[in-house]
Amino acid sequence: MLEIKTAKSRKGKRELEKRAPKLVESGKKTLILHGTKTSAVLNAVLAQIYHLKKNYAVKFSRKNDNVKPFEAGGETSLEFFSLKTDCSIFVYGSHSKKRPDNLVLGRTYDHHIYDLVEVGVENFKPMEFFSYDKKLAPMEGSKPFIVFIGEGFEAVEELKHLKEVLLDLLRGEVAENLNLAGVDRAYVCAAVSPNRVLFTHCALRLKKSGTIVPRMELVEVGPSMDFVVRRHRPPNESLRKEAMKTSREKPKKKEKNVKKDELQGKIGNIYIPDQKIGEMAIPNKSKGVKRERREAKRKHGSDENASKRKKEDS
Amino acid sequence: MEVEKQHNFDVDLGNLMAFDSTHTFPSQPPLSREELIKQSLLKGTHLVQAIADALFTLPSTEDVDGPLVNLPQPLTKLPREKHLPKPKPPTKWEVFAKKKGIQKRKKDKIVYDEQTGTWKRRYGYDRANDEDAVPIIEAKPTDDPAGDPFAKRKENKKQRVEKQEKNRLQNLKEAAKFGALPSHIQLAATSLPITGTQAAPKKVTKDELGNVAGLAATATASGGKFDKKLPGEKPAQHKGKYRKFLPVVEGTGMGSLEREQTEKILNKIMSKNSHDILNVQKAVTMHTVKKEKKRRSENGNASATDKRSDKKSDKNFKTQKKSFKKGNFKKGKAKGK
Repeated sequence: MLEIKTAKSRKGKRELEKRAPKLVESGKKTLILHGTKTSAVLNAVLAQIYHLKKNYAVKFSRKNDNVKPFEAGGETSLEFFSLKTDCSIFVYGSHSKKRPDNLVLGRTYDHHIYDLVEVGVENFKPMEFFSYDKKLAPMEGSKPFIVFIGEGFEAVEELKHLKEVLLDLLRGEVAENLNLAGVDRAYVCAAVSPNRVLFTHCALRLKKSGTIVPRMELVEVGPSMDFVVRRHRPPNESLRKEAMKTSREKPKKKEKNVKKDELQGKIGNIYIPDQKIGEMAIPNKSKGVKRERREAKRKHGSDENASKRKKEDS
Repeated sequence: MEVEKQHNFDVDLGNLMAFDSTHTFPSQPPLSREELIKQSLLKGTHLVQAIADALFTLPSTEDVDGPLVNLPQPLTKLPREKHLPKPKPPTKWEVFAKKKGIQKRKKDKIVYDEQTGTWKRRYGYDRANDEDAVPIIEAKPTDDPAGDPFAKRKENKKQRVEKQEKNRLQNLKEAAKFGALPSHIQLAATSLPITGTQAAPKKVTKDELGNVAGLAATATASGGKFDKKLPGEKPAQHKGKYRKFLPVVEGTGMGSLEREQTEKILNKIMSKNSHDILNVQKAVTMHTVKKEKKRRSENGNASATDKRSDKKSDKNFKTQKKSFKKGNFKKGKAKGK
């Protein structure tokens, strides 16, 4: 006999439903972890990437000795972590003599490795390095502008791949609606040579221009670093084809409390919550109106009655 | 869907992304990093402005927090995170219903209860026309008088529930084959498959592990008695009975127990073989012989003949002795007499 495992609690069930495959996906979570050895630079890089991706990222703080994304068998525990944390982008930092300050950016499809890009970090400047007007500091989780500059992103295979991964990593929540007042950050990636990409994070200063469109100004807020492309593994062609599948139909949302009538047309039920008049705020609460006082009085009064009755009995 | 190509760059408004594929950074002479950053920021500002141009001209709706715009679909296709949700295969009933053309109908939640004459819920606690709640079942002439109709009803209900559970499991199995299980259900055989392993290994419980350890410990000559125990390890379970000896000295209390025990065993054996001890045939014969002897002796007394009777009695004694061996001899003798 097969054993059926179901969620034991409502909360657990909701969590599983959240993780289930969806028709339209809302955005990928990022897993940030490092290998047995890291450098101070790499630690800072990982921490700052986590900071940029807060609420949509999970950061592991312990050493992971059996994570080697590019080697056969080294992806097992990484895939397991991806399953456990429900993350489908990972940023893995490692530091060795051969590949100092190494960063592996990768994606998973169905919790299996989809593609990998390995970059080296150079000229890293943390956020603390930049001084700017703190009013401009971008809000946590705001949707960024992403800018790619340079022909390298089209001509060089590795950079083309890196561009796609970076876009997936940085774009944040997939949203249908955007609040224009919340536009406050931009990522600038520039391919300065066939294997080097400048990466910087900027705040946006919106200036009046006289038209609807404000004049944009970039203020560097960091972190800023150079990515030197090392190894990369593009996705398997068949896997890519499957992962790119999208559905035509949109998920239908169940319409609640709405009926259609032949004569009256559309009829909706509206539920109005209880008005709670008792808890209404009264501007002047005089002493006599206070609840404790009233209750005390009533209590006292009832006591008096009791004693009187007693007297009558005796 | 806006692609602006007039300035030699693409704008993907769905992702708020702009890409300039024509800009080249001069490699000769090599620029310092500051200059490169400066240059890219300058170019970046242009591109950001281009995104903003497209974004801020989109039709917007005013909201308390600010103007909201509806973003178009992203142009750059990015891979999915997980596969598309797979459609659930039809259950056996659904297949059957389709074949037979059985339509789903909405049923009222509340139905009329014949017994009480009130309206009650169709299902659940205190439901209408609940056959299981009928307190008296009228007997039919065809009914088996030995059977309990209430127990039978209960059994029937149990069987129906079991059948439904079996069907449900079957349908879930079928759904699992298509990978279309409901997200909150996992079949244990397919739970958490990890790359490199075919199936999730069966989890051994704590008790089972302890038992195995105990069994292994008995393999030593001392039966695991002098083995070093790990912290938290329990002593091996002793299976079987311990022998107990009772005091043989007679007395009261404990002293009498030994006697009682042996008597008990003896009684048991006696009662078991009692039919062998009492030979009914033999007893009957003995009884008849004794009776005859008595009668004869009475006869002898009445005639008061000494010699003949003496001789006869002697002979009789002989026959009596023989009669133990052969029943028919005595019969012949009786005839002759």
